[in-house]
Amino acid sequence: MNKFIKFISRRSSWSIPYVIFLLLFVVLPLILIGVYAFMDYGGNFTVANFVKFIEQPEAIKTFVYSVAIAIITTFLCILLGYPAAYILSNREFNRSKTMVLLFILPMWVNILIRTLATVSLFDITGIPLGEGALLFGLTYDFLPFMIYPIYNTMMKIDKNLIEAAQDLGANQMRVFLKVILPLSMPGVVSGIMMVFLPTISTFAISELLTMNDIRLFGSIIQENIMLSDTMNYGAALSLIMLLIIGITSFFSGDDEGEVSHGGII
Amino acid sequence: MNAKKILAKGYLWLLLAILYTPILIIAIFSFTETKVLGNWTGFSLKLYTNLFDGGMSNSLMSAIQNTIIIALVASSIATVLGSVAAIGIYNLKARQRQAVNFLNNIPLINPDIITGISLFLLFVALGISQGYTTVILAHVTFCTPYVVLSVMPRLTGMNPNIYEAALDLGATPFQALRKVIIPEIKPGIISGFILSFTLSIDDFAVSLFTKGNIGLETLSTYIYSDARKGGLTPELRPLSTIIFVTVLVLLIIINRRQTKSRDKLA
Repeated sequence: MNKFIKFISRRSSWSIPYVIFLLLFVVLPLILIGVYAFMDYGGNFTVANFVKFIEQPEAIKTFVYSVAIAIITTFLCILLGYPAAYILSNREFNRSKTMVLLFILPMWVNILIRTLATVSLFDITGIPLGEGALLFGLTYDFLPFMIYPIYNTMMKIDKNLIEAAQDLGANQMRVFLKVILPLSMPGVVSGIMMVFLPTISTFAISELLTMNDIRLFGSIIQENIMLSDTMNYGAALSLIMLLIIGITSFFSGDDEGEVSHGGII
Repeated sequence: MNAKKILAKGYLWLLLAILYTPILIIAIFSFTETKVLGNWTGFSLKLYTNLFDGGMSNSLMSAIQNTIIIALVASSIATVLGSVAAIGIYNLKARQRQAVNFLNNIPLINPDIITGISLFLLFVALGISQGYTTVILAHVTFCTPYVVLSVMPRLTGMNPNIYEAALDLGATPFQALRKVIIPEIKPGIISGFILSFTLSIDDFAVSLFTKGNIGLETLSTYIYSDARKGGLTPELRPLSTIIFVTVLVLLIIINRRQTKSRDKLA
């Protein structure tokens, strides 16, 4: 009993419940995706689920299309978001924290509600829903997730570096290209993670924005996994997506936690 | 020089206009009774009173109720679990701490659909019937890492000597914890709770995969099935407006708190 009390009062052991929780609800479920992917309906080992994916041109086409949509969305978000983050972080142009707050506020509003809001915009202006609406809607939904991490890293750039560059004779263009741009890259990488990963796995947003006309990879996964006889095929598709996520986060290094630390401003 | 400033400001305002126009449309049309957006049928507060009278579809009301109950329970559990875990992780040796932090980061990186599917498979594999409990467990799973992340900086920023001093002055470890550590990390705990709460309310994909088929709906899954049927409940407009205003107020409060605590540290 005494030993037990001693164990409890050692504060490092306080992490144990959470570690067990993580193993049970994070690690084990991820392993299960792999297990189910290599299983047939009866529970025997098989690679048939992956063969089915490769043999179905429809599935591959959707997959490639989804990746393309995700890449374009991410690119549009960088294109629109980077200048915005630059202006927001530059004291010469903006000193207002409220302005920053206005840009990140949409991050905290239910994404389905925001998607429906864009749908209503298209309804009112009479622009038909479709691929254009999908790209606009996705960019609209995820733009704050690009601006925020870039803004954050730009705010952390040591102002002395910029002044030093100016003192050494660099003009504004050169200061931007040689100091600000390279130092803001970690923010761009975080932004890509926060935009690309959710976009590639989206399903509801695309269904709402195109009236179920364009179906992305996420929709196919969702449909298959919910039915017990196609569940294993769904798991195989999830594993393929998990692979892409793994590759993306591998290339982005290990500073992706950085973004989430601050949470808000 | 000035032209550049105007251009920069103009760009920001243009972007903001685009970001907020759809939300504004919803807010404006929450004050009229029309079923179809864009068709103004005169000013009316009927949709708002419907929302509070229960004079509308019962299913939306119960979806709102479920969302709030799930968010309260899940974020409370996540806050306790995450705060205790943060104290534990902080006291681990460097290598173990790295390992736990790595595990803690996985739910943060995983897109919702993967978190949802993996938990769905877990519950299927364990033969657990899905409903309220599984949704709450799932929400605790993706909320707790954020609590850990908001408590941890308070711990690392703390002066360890104060705790030692308390012990030297005769406090038991438990007293030192209650009187020294907890007050010190309290702002992190509160931020973690608010963060968890908003994340839980916002969640769609994870709830969809773990709610089972007993008819449990949260606000997000309700909107989803409603939109798929084609006709959106008009009461969603005042609801969205209220949610938007609430988020705005909450965010301003959190922001104030953080600047204040930052000032205190400085």
